[in-house]
Order: sequence, then C-alpha cells, then structure tokens
Amino acid sequence: MQLSLNGERREFPDGITVAGMIEVLALTGKRVAIERNGEIVPRSLHAETALADGDVLEMVVAVGGG
Amino acid sequence: MSDDIFQIAGKTYNSRLIVGTGKYQDFAQTREAVKASGAEIVTVAIRRVNIGQNAGEASLLDYLPPSEFTYLPNTAGCYTAEDAIRTLRLARELLDGHKLVKLEVLGDQHTLFPNVRETLKAAEVLVKDGFDVMVYTSDDPIIARELQEIGCCAVMPLASLIGSGMGILNPWNLRLIIEQLSVPVLVDAGVGTASDATIALELGCDGILMNTAIAHAKDPVRMARAMKLAVEAGRESFLAGRMPKKLYSADPSSPVSGLIAAAK
Repeated sequence: MQLSLNGERREFPDGITVAGMIEVLALTGKRVAIERNGEIVPRSLHAETALADGDVLEMVVAVGGG
Repeated sequence: MSDDIFQIAGKTYNSRLIVGTGKYQDFAQTREAVKASGAEIVTVAIRRVNIGQNAGEASLLDYLPPSEFTYLPNTAGCYTAEDAIRTLRLARELLDGHKLVKLEVLGDQHTLFPNVRETLKAAEVLVKDGFDVMVYTSDDPIIARELQEIGCCAVMPLASLIGSGMGILNPWNLRLIIEQLSVPVLVDAGVGTASDATIALELGCDGILMNTAIAHAKDPVRMARAMKLAVEAGRESFLAGRMPKKLYSADPSSPVSGLIAAAK
C-alpha cells in the first residue's frame, strides 16, 4: 500500500502499524511524533495503530531553532 | 539575587535569559554557547524527520538533553493559526506532554513580522487546550493586553525584526506594555549585542529571548557569556533604580568645601 510520509509517497506492506513503519525506517527508539490524517497518534498507540492505503502521515523531531 | 524571583507558568528560574538553538556551527558549539549563557530554557523548532538519514546520526537532544534544560518548542515558520496549533500539538506529543510553548505566527516572509490576528486566534485555542503559551507579538500595548486576557503565561514583544540585530527601536512601547501587564514580559527578537539586552532589562522587562545575537557573533560562546552578564547587570540596575537624568544642573561628586587656598 502507499502512504504519504512527510510529503512523499512511499510503499509499505499492507496493514503495517505505526510502530512497524518506524521500524522499517530504522527509527525505532528515536524521539519522533506522528500525525495521521491530521490527528496525533500517541506513542502508546503506535504498536496497535494499523495504517491504511492513502494515509497522510507527518513525522517530526525537535531541531535547533530560535 | 535570591529574593528576586523569576517565574513562568508557576515554575521558578534563576536565569532571565532564554536562548535559541539555531544557526550554530554544530551541536557541540550549540551546547557550549547555551552553557555559557546560563540559560535554563532553550527554544527548539519542530520539523519533519529527514527520512533516509543515518538513524545513528546525532541529534540536538543528545547535546541538550530535555532532562537538563526546559524545552520551549516554537512555531517558527508557521503563517496560520492552524499550522501553529498543529505544530505545538506535535511538540507536546514529542516531549511527553510538555505544556510550555512559544507561539509565533508570522505574517510576512520578508520581515517575519508577526500576524497578530492569527496569533490571537491560535493563543485562544492553545490556552483552552491546556498549553502554557509564551507568545511572540508586535510591540502593540493593546494587543499585548489582549494576549494576557486570553491567558498567555508570558507576552514577548519584538525589540526589532527577528534576526536583524537592530536592538530596541521603541523603548516607549515596551515600557507601556511592561506597565500594563501582570504576566512576565520578555523581549523576543532584535537584540544585537550585550548592551541591547541590558537596556531591555533596565526598562523593566522580566527576561529576554535571543538566538542570532549569540549564534552569529564572531565568537558565539564568548557572546553567550556577555549576554548572561548583560542580563544580570540590566536586572540589577533596574532593581537598584537609576539616578534621575539632570540636563542642566551639574552636581560634583567631590566635596565643594575644603579646597586649598590660592597661593599668594
């Protein structure tokens, strides 16, 4: 299935969870926050939240800024 | 001074200087400058993960751990209330329910001047949503008062444009804002050098937020130390209360009597 992740379309296995996607991206353990179709997915729900084809995801981190 | 308490949203801080973490050469220099500034609160930006980057790559959090500093996530780069609200909700999730945030909604890419209409809108939503909102705004005393009434925990007028280093261009407006508000007033943006920071604190500002003045100094770590001293000097000077300015009457500091007589 296709997901839009940070503005780019990417292919992921059907029914992958948020935690699964993070693992595929080799970001497990990194401090990230995720928004799915405009709604935050809390970290506590990453493992049980299954994604669907066409979902729009934003994944963010803290960076230097003023 | 132990009896001079600086509080934001119920929490007490020793340093009245808040520093940004952008524009440094690398994370090591960022940390060194932040340490030299004595700041306890540091601003951070929220940005998309760079997908495909080396997962083992160092991040800002490795150099400035949230256990050691109070993070102040900002909404830099947001031009609508909606984007600012979304960004800060993501920040809250990212930082484990952290409530203290810096709201800024910009109105113009050329000047980075705040869009006050969108700022007010976002502030209302965020305060209702339980955030402790420190808000960047123009130096308009009426708007500053409205932001306090909405429930912002600190109001942060600009001294001059973000990153301009032009210093305090309208001390009169800042004075009006300080006199009217009961929440802390911090100058945010425009400071160029240490004396600007001192003047802000001498005016009665509760604190100051800066980034570029330190990061773009020739020696950022040294400037960070200068800013620490400047903020302390300004605060002490404000509390001490300056002598009145006397335009015409000079007043000698040495005794006027007891002078030796002219030789005969």
